Amino acid sequence: MPDSGVFEYLAAGLRGAVSRTNALPNCAFCVLVFGLSATLSYPRGSPRSCSHIATSGAVPAVPRDYFSQYITIGIFVLVGLGLVGVTLQLARLVRPNVPTREKYTTYESGIDPIGRGWTQTNVRYYIFALLFVIFDVEAVFLFPWAIVFERLGTQAFIEMLIFIAILAFALLYAIRKKMLEWL
Amino acid sequence: MPVSFFLVLSALLFSIGIYGVLARQHAVLVLLSIELMLNAVNINLVAFSAMLQEAGLGGQVFALFVIAVAAAEVGVGLAIVILIYRNRQSVDLDELDLMKW
Amino acid sequence: MSAETWQQVVFWIFALLITGAGVLVVTTRNVIHAALWLVGALMGAAAMYVLLFAEFVAWVQVLVYVGAIVVLMLFGLMLTRAPIGSAEFDNNQRPLAALCAAAVFVVTSVILIGAFEGQEINFARTAGTSTESIGTAIFSSYVWPFEVVSILLLAALVGAVVIARRD
Repeated sequence: MPDSGVFEYLAAGLRGAVSRTNALPNCAFCVLVFGLSATLSYPRGSPRSCSHIATSGAVPAVPRDYFSQYITIGIFVLVGLGLVGVTLQLARLVRPNVPTREKYTTYESGIDPIGRGWTQTNVRYYIFALLFVIFDVEAVFLFPWAIVFERLGTQAFIEMLIFIAILAFALLYAIRKKMLEWL
Repeated sequence: MPVSFFLVLSALLFSIGIYGVLARQHAVLVLLSIELMLNAVNINLVAFSAMLQEAGLGGQVFALFVIAVAAAEVGVGLAIVILIYRNRQSVDLDELDLMKW
Repeated sequence: MSAETWQQVVFWIFALLITGAGVLVVTTRNVIHAALWLVGALMGAAAMYVLLFAEFVAWVQVLVYVGAIVVLMLFGLMLTRAPIGSAEFDNNQRPLAALCAAAVFVVTSVILIGAFEGQEINFARTAGTSTESIGTAIFSSYVWPFEVVSILLLAALVGAVVIARRD
């Protein structure tokens, strides 16, 4: 990372994002598409343009190092949070506020709510959640495997085969014990 | 940036986890505190991996394994908590003073 | 300001987030809020991994920890039907626990600062650790731990099924 401030990065990143689409969109839809495509195409910088807006201009280089990519993500997070916050506050300014007791009761398809909102879930759902966690972990290990698979060849294939076979055994066990049947 | 910044941060997170484990009565909240402690360990591992770049990626790989072990630990831990709740109608750890009932 | 300074600023922001969310996890009176504050602490830790060039670990943290383990925790809270925000969740050894935690913090940080004084993390890098090098490390150097993880997950599922079946 060269010796410069984050705002320069930010400005350069935005300039780069703008330049890659070669136009500043002026409709809401294009802002969305433009933002998404600029983010998705970030590392390669493949040009995409708004079809109905004239394009022009040459482009300064975008800082391509590690942290400036995350500055882009940070900008998107801030814009996303800002959109939600501003919308909610605007709605609060506009809407009428007439609180009555009935409005604060739980809405349950128009019927008066019975009992408390905190009911116990069936234990069977826990097994579904646990299976999800286990196969989530498996999927996470599949990503690096898929990348090195071509280079490591048979060795990596057998390693992953053993891994998946053992986890498939877990799934078989759950099926045999009838944990996956709907009640 | 000195590596001790990250080490002290993880020591702090670990201590918060210790406080949670010792001071909480609700069994699931104790499990949450254990997650904090596991994350403190992970921050340590990744910080050392970044410091010793030429020594390989052992730190990051072991952080991944710690996450996988945390998944298994939470799975079994919560199953035990649920079983205790079904037998005793309580997850209060201070009431669990019997090995068998 | 230099890049190094900005990295320190980012570090302090997320260190505050992690610490604040962690303290709220262990002090809040609402069990659901505790799980949600844990999400805050875990996301802060993911940001730390990004700062430490461990991109893959950071996104695994988001996927597995935030996306799966916290969901499992919320399931556990729903299954044990704890009353929200009414009961006392802390026992009476809080001062002692705080003392113990403070002692552990002071001792470990003094030892760690002493042991790693002057050791720096070099931030002058243009790329994070690639997923490819992680994959190479797992599938050529750490094969056995990797296979053992699958057996551990199998054992966890079998144990949970055996416990949950008893009805």
